[in-house]
Amino acid sequence: MSKIIAITVNGETREVPAGESLAALLRAIGLDTRKVAVERNEEIVPRSTYPEVALAAGDRLEIVHFIGGG
Amino acid sequence: MDGTPATTGDDTWEVAGRRFRSRLIVGTGRYKSLEETAAAIAASGAEIVTVAVRRVNLSDPNAPMLQDFVSPKDYTYLPNTAGCHTANEAVRTLRLAREAGGWNLVKLEVLGPPPYLYPDMEGTVEAAKALIADGFEVMVYCADDPVAARKLEDLGCVAIMPLGAPIGSGLGLTNPFMIRSIKQNAKVPVLVDAGIGTASDAAKAMELGCDAVLLNSAIAHAKDPVRMAVAMKAAVEAGRGAFLAGRMPWNYQADASSPMTGLIR
Repeated sequence: MSKIIAITVNGETREVPAGESLAALLRAIGLDTRKVAVERNEEIVPRSTYPEVALAAGDRLEIVHFIGGG
Repeated sequence: MDGTPATTGDDTWEVAGRRFRSRLIVGTGRYKSLEETAAAIAASGAEIVTVAVRRVNLSDPNAPMLQDFVSPKDYTYLPNTAGCHTANEAVRTLRLAREAGGWNLVKLEVLGPPPYLYPDMEGTVEAAKALIADGFEVMVYCADDPVAARKLEDLGCVAIMPLGAPIGSGLGLTNPFMIRSIKQNAKVPVLVDAGIGTASDAAKAMELGCDAVLLNSAIAHAKDPVRMAVAMKAAVEAGRGAFLAGRMPWNYQADASSPMTGLIR
């Protein structure tokens, strides 16, 4: 049984298995990674590295996309 | 940059090495639906559209996305920093935009508090420096202040975009003299950004010699946005044409158009 850690995604607390990759998290949320960008603890995460990024307790993620704006 | 007159219809402008025919840049916000957004933008003839960067709604990850209606293949996306009140927020937002779409050409705005959301020039300068150092090409929303405009140009901003009036106010050009002086002193394109309310405001901005106009609410909040988009396209073209033609002098007395000789008696 893997350990559960708490992270913050877009301001909401979320529990994930320790060591889960960012790619797995995005899949679990159901996002098309080609249309979003991710910041982890105020640093950009390059899309190509999603599978290797292991989430750590206390991580603060921002997952954004483009919307209408002026 | 202004080149030769538009008699051949070949009057283009250039920003950061990219050449455009349309001198109307439109926002993609505040429409009733994504369908209406797409129809109005198509009618405007714009080649560049501004877009905002926001958190994905995690509870509805499959909601329709702007890109599905206004494709980055058809339009140059110009990510903005709307809603950012500090330099740090603006820089983070545009780094995310670059990662999401790969675009270096961005619109920077760092805003003061409501009710005016007037440009915060201290924060704007700080963000511009950081972004330019990080390889961005920055089109910058700014106060109608020739001194600030010059500083931003000297920092390396690729376009200077003074407000006509507060964002979303529709008050038109409240300080045309300063807009004109900023244009006269700039070597990079100058665009009026914010404040345009109707077609004549856009035409007036172009008659002052601005390279282009950026607007959103004037189309999105019109009763018939698609029709207003067509009107704005015509207004920008008319204003540009009038600028290139060179208007007649102001004359504070009559000067009859018909000959004064050969009158019947």
